[in-house]
Amino acid sequence: MTRTRRDFLKTSAAVAAGTLVAGQRLSASGLIHSASDALPVDDPAIKALMQHAIDVAKSGGASYADVRVAARRQQNVNVRDRIVQGVSDVDTFGMGVRTLVDGAWGFAATSQLTRDSVAAIARAALDQAKANRASQLRPVVLAPTPGNQVGTWKSPITTDPFTIAVPDKVAVLLAATDAALKVKGIQTASASMFFLREEKSLMTSDGSYLVQTIYRTSPSMSVSAVSADRTDFQSIDSTDIAPMGLGYEHVLNAKLADRAPQYAEWAVEKLSAKPVEPGRYDLLLHPSNLWLTIHEVIAHPTELDRALGFEANYAGTSFVAPPDAVLGKLKYGTELMNIVGDREQPGSLGAIGWDDEAVKPTKFDIVKDGVFVDYQTTREQATLMADYYKKVGKPVRSYGCSYAQSWADVQFQRMPNVSLQPGRNDDTWESMIAKIDKGIAIYGDGSFSIDQQRYNGQFAGQVFWEIKGGKIVGMLKDVAYQFRTPNFWGSLKAIGGPRSYVLGGAFGDAKGQPGQSNSVSHGCVPSLFGQVNIINTGRRA
Amino acid sequence: MSLYAPVNILSRAEAQDIAQRALKNSPADETRVNITSSARADTRFALNQVTTSGENRDTNVTITAFVGNRSASVSTNRLDDASLAAAAQQANEIAKLVPPNPERMPELSQQSYPAARDRVISLPSPAERAAAAKLVTELARANDLIATGFIECRASAVALANSKGLFAYDASANVTMTATVRSPDGTGSGWACSDGTTFADIDAKQVAATAVEKAKTSRSPVAIEPGRYTTILEPTAVGNLVQLIAGAMQARAADEGRSFFSKAGGGNKIGLKVVDERVTLTTDPDDAPSTTGGFDGSGLPLEKVTWIENGVVKHLNYDRFWAQKQGVQPTRVGGGFGARSLRMLGGTSSIPEMIRDTERGILVTRFWYIRSVDPRTILNTGLTRDGTFLIENGKVTRAIKNFRFNESPIFFLNNLLAMGSTIRINASEALGAGGAIYMPPIKVRDFTFSSLSDAV
Repeated sequence: MTRTRRDFLKTSAAVAAGTLVAGQRLSASGLIHSASDALPVDDPAIKALMQHAIDVAKSGGASYADVRVAARRQQNVNVRDRIVQGVSDVDTFGMGVRTLVDGAWGFAATSQLTRDSVAAIARAALDQAKANRASQLRPVVLAPTPGNQVGTWKSPITTDPFTIAVPDKVAVLLAATDAALKVKGIQTASASMFFLREEKSLMTSDGSYLVQTIYRTSPSMSVSAVSADRTDFQSIDSTDIAPMGLGYEHVLNAKLADRAPQYAEWAVEKLSAKPVEPGRYDLLLHPSNLWLTIHEVIAHPTELDRALGFEANYAGTSFVAPPDAVLGKLKYGTELMNIVGDREQPGSLGAIGWDDEAVKPTKFDIVKDGVFVDYQTTREQATLMADYYKKVGKPVRSYGCSYAQSWADVQFQRMPNVSLQPGRNDDTWESMIAKIDKGIAIYGDGSFSIDQQRYNGQFAGQVFWEIKGGKIVGMLKDVAYQFRTPNFWGSLKAIGGPRSYVLGGAFGDAKGQPGQSNSVSHGCVPSLFGQVNIINTGRRA
Repeated sequence: MSLYAPVNILSRAEAQDIAQRALKNSPADETRVNITSSARADTRFALNQVTTSGENRDTNVTITAFVGNRSASVSTNRLDDASLAAAAQQANEIAKLVPPNPERMPELSQQSYPAARDRVISLPSPAERAAAAKLVTELARANDLIATGFIECRASAVALANSKGLFAYDASANVTMTATVRSPDGTGSGWACSDGTTFADIDAKQVAATAVEKAKTSRSPVAIEPGRYTTILEPTAVGNLVQLIAGAMQARAADEGRSFFSKAGGGNKIGLKVVDERVTLTTDPDDAPSTTGGFDGSGLPLEKVTWIENGVVKHLNYDRFWAQKQGVQPTRVGGGFGARSLRMLGGTSSIPEMIRDTERGILVTRFWYIRSVDPRTILNTGLTRDGTFLIENGKVTRAIKNFRFNESPIFFLNNLLAMGSTIRINASEALGAGGAIYMPPIKVRDFTFSSLSDAV
């Protein structure tokens, strides 16, 4: 199935000769490869087209331009019970051009990669930027990058998932659902795998040309139990298996079939679990639950675009604002709380070599000993922080948080991996349970909701256990915890040590208009919060 | 020159050409080809200026190969013969490796579709969009407020063909403009939306006026106790929650005991009254937002469906397999039911009348971050946003802090007090073009607000 550069050139020639029936504007114009493994993004002909787009942009008045070409392949395999529901393979390829003219942005993209189309979208991006100058109150200024960077980067995978035969993948999933269905009371079980490989190249008008190959893999399953009288049903989702920036080895390591009976037994047990009594409890959150809370109440509100109001119409603003009032001053939580941003963590969903503005990211502090110290930034945003950086002796540079979900979308600020650092102790999930006299432990993530400034949160989970006298005494159901963010992190009493650190993550995190999705990991340790408000969600009328 | 002059989405003839080229090279027993061609133009503004704008277009072809009861799909946006043949070949190769699906339904033969409606497919230029944005930003600046917003314009064509001679095609356009205007001190926020089929439908002045007025009147909100309140929900807020019912109306889940629509002891709730008798919910392919695709994923022509009539469940969503198994007709509603053209019939009241008749209550502009809490009751949680007001003695008296709710549309549609006229709204969370549904404003009693939020 792999097509060679010779095939590619042959097809290009055919297009040039006008042999495609539907006409040139329908053709993918020859720069085409099959839905297979030889991605042409790093091809000299593609590079020449990118340079052409840059040249058109510069000659049209752009002070800066960047061009992204991406070839993205993703595969889904889904089974329900003992039936394969679907196998799908999606392949998309195209180019996006961003221009900056007199401090105003413009963007255009196309899947038609001919010299004419590329020039047309560069001109369209210029038109956008020029039209936008009319309302410009403050021109965009970019923080510097080294420029003239050339390099490649690839996710640290062991096995390319697209090299594994579909029957092998199906067998893994059917073994998992079969194992779950053997547990009495299970009504249905589903399992799936999702794989993504994106090869993308970025060229900037300041001389950088970077090629990256990013892999992401997500195995998952869900089981549902129905009561005999059909008045109740309960499900368990495998949210403790995080998606990762890894290859097929992540599927094998997840051992779905081994875990399935446990998920099934939990679902059945939930049918007869005790409904929680609302009130205040000491709350122990497993990393498989806490990662999502960190995502919503720390990672999102410390995005600078939210703090400044850019997301006000959709994803919201932030309580971590205004910058002058909170930087180095806001007490986010107790001194146990140390949060870092990091786009280099191996195996994480956010791992990259460079962001979508050619910035090589660094690990940086967001919350230090409980105090908020910095936002996530892009090149445009970093210059807005110049006064603060000068005051505290930091360089005015982006933290490398620019990302676009595809060639068809403009890049903007997206979060890096944002993680809670382990404590300086040897505590684990089990040892922390042993220290709780009366409380609730939550495993896995469930329903989650947060307001538009990230104050009021309501989060649930997959499995809830009642703890008494240092021991789990039974399962609870209909549990959710509600909180106000600074109070919640201000109640952080204890955290686990390095060996309890787990990387959770989200495949599809939405933000921006038009909405875009990114993938990000959050590492954390089991954490104990004192006297959190627990509600019962089992309302009947 | 705009990329969208002309819009350049696929015509029927162009889609037929691609479909034929994809089908002719497919080695599978049966083959289905889905084609989506789309163009998008958008402008985003924040802090009273345009921050970015973009244009893109793309065409995707999905080839599904059926080998006996085995199937697999491959999608590509490369449209030359070689790439389509490669995709068809790959789908066939994968399909051969997949275990047979006993629930697989055979492909449909040629179907009869309503005559294509005459639609104007055009998208505005960057300058036109920037000018519309400026109407909002300038009014905000004139009132010492800060405007943020988004204009999105989409044109698309979809086509479906198969190796049994079926071909279906439809094209559409959707446009939306939303704005959130905030006070510089961060204590007030107002939101407004205008949604339509073409850019001419967008009323930017009205968006500006409404969002600015709400921002001004929502400043410095006071806290009131959470609890159960008589609540007036503007149409967007109604849509935010009522559309959640649609996602729960899957017949199979109901029949298997995994849904609110499951009946205790077995079966489902078709024929049972579940909400107030004034509630009727329908979907209709003739409603404008459903214009993309007058057919479902297998090629069945869509039809008007009444889901709940006078409070009684009339229909659940049966896919072809489950319908055959249960001995009923499949529901011709298409994929994504709930996101397209859901309509709740309205009443004779109006928001001013509802306010006038309220001794003490709450007025809600819209909801945010709505997530399922308990599928057994369609209980969801979420928050009010961008304009929440206290009503006292028949008047809106002050802005109040936002609330988190824990509610089910099933519960509050049983507590219905009044309904106004149904209008087209955009109730999707991301507020993109094409998310429109039709909802009335309603007044309900005992809406459950469970906690306060400090967010503005």
